[in-house]
Amino acid sequence: MSAPAATLAPPSPTVTRLARPHVVGDALTIAWRNLLNIRRNPQLLVFATIQPVIFVLMFRYVFGGAIHVTGVSYVDYLMPGIFVQTVVFGSLTTGVGLAEDLQKGLVDRFRSLPMARSAVLVGRTLADLVRNVFVVILMCVVGLAVGWRPGGSLPEIVAGVGLVLGFAYSLSWLFAIVGLSARDSETAQAASFPILAPLVFASSAFVPISSMPGWLQVFANHQPVSAIVNAVRALTLGGAAASQVFAALAWIVGIVAICAPIAVSRYRRAV
Amino acid sequence: MSGTPPPAIRAVDLYKSWGDVHALIGVSFEVPTGTVLGLLGPNGAGKTTAVRILTTLLKPDRGTAEVLGLDVTREPMRTRASIGLAGQYAALDENLTARENLRLVGRLTHLPPARILRQADSLLERFALADASDRLVRTFSGGMRRRLDVAAALVHEPPVLFLDEPTTGLDIEGRTELWAFIEELVGAGTTLLLTTQYLEEADRLADRIVVIDHGRVIAEGTASELKAHLGATVIEVAFDDHEHARRAAAELGGVGELTLDGKAVRVNVVDGAPAMLETVRILDAEHLEPRTMALREPTLDDVFLELTGHAAEADREEVSP
Ligand SMILES: Nc1ncnc2c1ncn2[C@@H]1O[C@H](COP(=O)(O)OP(=O)(O)O)[C@@H](O)[C@H]1O
Ligand SMILES: [Mg+2]
Repeated sequence: MSAPAATLAPPSPTVTRLARPHVVGDALTIAWRNLLNIRRNPQLLVFATIQPVIFVLMFRYVFGGAIHVTGVSYVDYLMPGIFVQTVVFGSLTTGVGLAEDLQKGLVDRFRSLPMARSAVLVGRTLADLVRNVFVVILMCVVGLAVGWRPGGSLPEIVAGVGLVLGFAYSLSWLFAIVGLSARDSETAQAASFPILAPLVFASSAFVPISSMPGWLQVFANHQPVSAIVNAVRALTLGGAAASQVFAALAWIVGIVAICAPIAVSRYRRAV
Repeated sequence: MSGTPPPAIRAVDLYKSWGDVHALIGVSFEVPTGTVLGLLGPNGAGKTTAVRILTTLLKPDRGTAEVLGLDVTREPMRTRASIGLAGQYAALDENLTARENLRLVGRLTHLPPARILRQADSLLERFALADASDRLVRTFSGGMRRRLDVAAALVHEPPVLFLDEPTTGLDIEGRTELWAFIEELVGAGTTLLLTTQYLEEADRLADRIVVIDHGRVIAEGTASELKAHLGATVIEVAFDDHEHARRAAAELGGVGELTLDGKAVRVNVVDGAPAMLETVRILDAEHLEPRTMALREPTLDDVFLELTGHAAEADREEVSP
């Protein structure tokens, strides 16, 4: 275990210089703490992956026969959707964890220390990103085992995985706001689901949008999960993907740009 | 600034409300450097609110809060570098070991790595947690958590320490143990603001006591000043009904300062044993047979009855027999 903060210079006397150099070091310290938490609770990681594995198997073998997508095998169509669905549902743990830290008074301790204000949020979202890397690798293995055969080149597939992780990271900031606004972790969890479910299911993740009623198509075509799934699908199936990738990146950057400042200001005011 | 150094902690006319809940209504007090102030009051008095304002967690609606001469709302970062806080509930990471919890605080206060390790070891030793250093906190007892929580507030050796109800929820043994650690700390020159619901605790640890109730300071002084005001001992006589209590109250006025509280009569006296004897004689002569009779130290409840005429709405576990 390395000590990220250890490489930094000792605090200098003035306020501004005291706060500045620790933005990175403090975030890494918090990430270290959150990663230790994940490692000490491996069952959380297991539950986080069991559910998507069941989804893969269910969609592949139960619904897969009934869903027909022209031009591609259903499992190749499905896997990008499963990736995105997995990390989207996983991202609510960012909010749940923050709500728990608030509830247990840990946030009070952090806020009473001379540390960077952004660190608790940046550190947690980074730790959740690392966790997602493991989850996505596992999903790749499961997908390959049930017959997923991506047609894209290796760089395209890596880019697709990168988009999935980037999207997960952006949603962590959205759910950080939910977590900081909730009274406790149960509330954070309960408040997150109604946001997640329509985004994931009324999207291009599992079925073509053209199979939905018209009014739903409007929503499904203009929401981030569809945008990310479309880009990842284009990349992993192989073929032209530039415009989809651009749209996906725009969503990711946009969500972070809006949610991160709100989350940080909520954190500063959280009680 | 010149002349006399500013007090380590200074609260001037603090106000804080949430809607029509007025947590603080003009609270002022000072804690001179190197001394201990006990902020004594029942649940909901505003103790935690005052501590949260002084530790930069909350902005007051009005008034100023200073630590070591710094305005805490204007210079929160510098304030944080010189304070330690152990809140009302132990703020620990359950999935980290005791040592890791201390290292976490050490890193976030930007101590050099070698010093973090040294500090962690010496604090674990001092708080009798050395054997549990590498155990996950989720396996700790309440007393161990409390001690570790106080230790965590000390990692960066802050000159000013805030402990919010450090012993609430602990059993007698845990409480006595923690008191000993706190006394040791104070001996080393740390300025301490301690909140508590127990007069006994404030009496034992604090140089001065500020009593607050419903967001206002209602009394202040040393423990002995407060007790002198109250009488050093309380005789409490309880009856089966109000009528007997009233009759006893009428007879016992000569023994000491007397309060009638429902079916109980409390007499504050300076010298316990002779007063007890006299009470027994009087009651016997009047054929007033009490249900229970006890001689005890004054509690927060007595301070409150005396100061406000109403009982403290504090946890009663300590008070009732
Ligand atoms: N965040 C808050 N929102 C609304 N009311 C609060 C909040 N924090 C404290 N209060 C209220 O302020 C009063 C004082 O609370 P507190 O300072 O916690 O008292 P104590 O620590 O002495 O028990 C109580 O009536 C409490 O309910
Ligand atoms: Mg309190």
